Amino acid sequence: MERTESEKQMAAGRASGADHLEAYLRQRLAQKPLLLMTHVVCGYPSFDDNWRELEVMAEAGVDLVELQFPFSEPSADGPLFVKANQLSLERGVRRDQCFEFMARVSEHFPFKVLMMGYYNTVFKMGEAAFLDALAKAGGCGYIVPDLPVQEAGHLHQLSAERGLSPIVLMTPTNSDARLEMLGQVARGMIYAVARKGVTGDKTEMGADLEAFIARCRQHTSLPVGVGFGVSEKADLDFLQGKAEIAIIGTAALKAWEEGGETALRKFFQGLAG
Amino acid sequence: MDLFDFADGREGYYGDYGGAFLPEILTTTIEELQACFRECKSDPAFWQEFVELMRSYSGRPTPVTYLENLSNKLGGARIYVKREDLGHTGSHKINNVMGQGLVCKRLGKKRVIAETGAGQHGFATATMAARFGFECKIYMGAVDVARQRPNVFWMENLGATVVAVEDGQRTLKDAINECLRDWVTNMADTHYVLGTACGPHPFPEMVSFFQAIIGREAREQIVAEAGRLPDRVFACVGGGSNAIGIFQGFMDDNVELVGVEAGGHGPGSGLHAARLAYDDASVGVAQGYKTYFLQNDDGNMLETHSIAAGLDYIGINPILVNLWQQERVRFEAATDDAVREALQLTMRTEGLIPALESTHAFAQAIVEAPKMSKDEVILINQSGRGDKDIFTVADAIDDRHWRQFIRDKAAEYGED
Ligand SMILES: Cc1ncc(COP(=O)(O)O)c(C=O)c1O
Repeated sequence: MERTESEKQMAAGRASGADHLEAYLRQRLAQKPLLLMTHVVCGYPSFDDNWRELEVMAEAGVDLVELQFPFSEPSADGPLFVKANQLSLERGVRRDQCFEFMARVSEHFPFKVLMMGYYNTVFKMGEAAFLDALAKAGGCGYIVPDLPVQEAGHLHQLSAERGLSPIVLMTPTNSDARLEMLGQVARGMIYAVARKGVTGDKTEMGADLEAFIARCRQHTSLPVGVGFGVSEKADLDFLQGKAEIAIIGTAALKAWEEGGETALRKFFQGLAG
Repeated sequence: MDLFDFADGREGYYGDYGGAFLPEILTTTIEELQACFRECKSDPAFWQEFVELMRSYSGRPTPVTYLENLSNKLGGARIYVKREDLGHTGSHKINNVMGQGLVCKRLGKKRVIAETGAGQHGFATATMAARFGFECKIYMGAVDVARQRPNVFWMENLGATVVAVEDGQRTLKDAINECLRDWVTNMADTHYVLGTACGPHPFPEMVSFFQAIIGREAREQIVAEAGRLPDRVFACVGGGSNAIGIFQGFMDDNVELVGVEAGGHGPGSGLHAARLAYDDASVGVAQGYKTYFLQNDDGNMLETHSIAAGLDYIGINPILVNLWQQERVRFEAATDDAVREALQLTMRTEGLIPALESTHAFAQAIVEAPKMSKDEVILINQSGRGDKDIFTVADAIDDRHWRQFIRDKAAEYGED
């Protein structure tokens, strides 16, 4: 998948902080009603395998990819990602390799990339150094699920200066007052967590989820992505018209584990119907 | 000195350390817990209820014992011991657990979960759950399950479900991660009974609040027994709950407070759990709070080691870190070898069997006592009793008769 000339220009513009995730998403949304966001754990099973996963994802028209930087205490992840984090670290994967990989990915593929990981990765590096490395690697934002917004003021400010988007999570247990606060600091898009629990389990797509998305909308005008348990075409059909982005995590890794490239391709074909 | 007099906008912070770093889904749950605990703490009747429960159920107050033989043998300071080993289930863990049981009741929750390392906290939680009628699930690293079977046996027989955690290093920190995963799923009916003064606010404060019962009693008792305040107080530091418990009794006194960490195979070995006494740790944010962690430059946690499962942990009580930086608490480490020796000495001279965790405090006191004068006084917190460690201790002192007993027992059970 080669990138078009205009996409390359956008990538160059983004490095200077001129581009924003939201603008990119709106532009894609002008062409299709429901965008796809996927997830890869850096270095698991290997960077070469990651690359092949990403090729399949690009083929399937994926719009946005989270590159997870492995962490030793992935307490918000479910079993499959926990194992992936652990094995990646056991194989010696380091943070800087993840940034190098991100640079190659954002250079080569048409989709945009986000860093996903835990706050200690950011903290240990230093917030400014982290954001500079992220911008240099072509990332357009980050998802750090264990950093509550009340602790993120400084990071968010540094991010704004660099045109990087902190992706904020909204969850079904949040009060309206809290959703309001989350809506105020969110940039780029909202990550709406479809249910309680960790990644990996199936989510019941129904009235509750619809009502929750509606609650999120009262507090944000950003594109809303729905994640946790999105795994099949029926889920995408449900989300169409209710959310802007379907976020696929564990289901894709599961397909890869079951049958590599072939199974992953089939998985995405199944989603397309 | 009020350790919990937070500055505006800095609730849950002790200097730069502490805080609450949790996934968004837990915000409501943790706020609810903070509010409920605040209510309990400001209600004198609540503390009375707690003290009464600990009296009738756990035999508090635990005594302070003078170790005349050991003091004479070392020829220096007079050594006294606060006997947390005599509480129900055999360690200080019961104090925190019964307290959180009362909080859980106020919260109206019906299910409790807990992590455990040595198994003492899991054992205490299973006991509390049985007594209060809560459903109970204990997460324990698979490595710890293997080395602490007797506690697993009791937890299961007390009606708890014990889950052996197979992720990561398969020890205490991994059990905490697994608890957090359970909690993000079941928070509606579940209270997480964190076992030490670590993790997100309000846990360090709440655990310290209940463990303060040790220091409150100990201050009065040592004055009665020794006729004066101690010169030094020693406590082992895993997460740092028994230490902050006894230290709180002497915060405003001219008493030196010494925290003793797990020195494992010693400095430079990479096989220890000394966060402050050695200089391998650095500040990080994980498992819901900011503190010193044993971690690499990328912020990934290092392997830790200790002869005592309950001290084998990457992080440390943020309150203690702040007190260490203010030079109010001194930190030392005792190696596995020093602990083995101190245990044998204490058993032979005094007939006391401290837990391997607690023995770390003894080991450091044994180093320092001979250099002190005869009218100086040392107080050691014996956080738990060591008979639970029979398998580990038997291995450590290479007991031939025990090995034969296990062989015979195995032969008797045969194949299943
Ligand atoms: C007897 C005993 N002492 C000490 C500890 C260490 O914990 P803390 O530092 O929180 O007191 C444990 C932990 O399991 C323990 O069982």
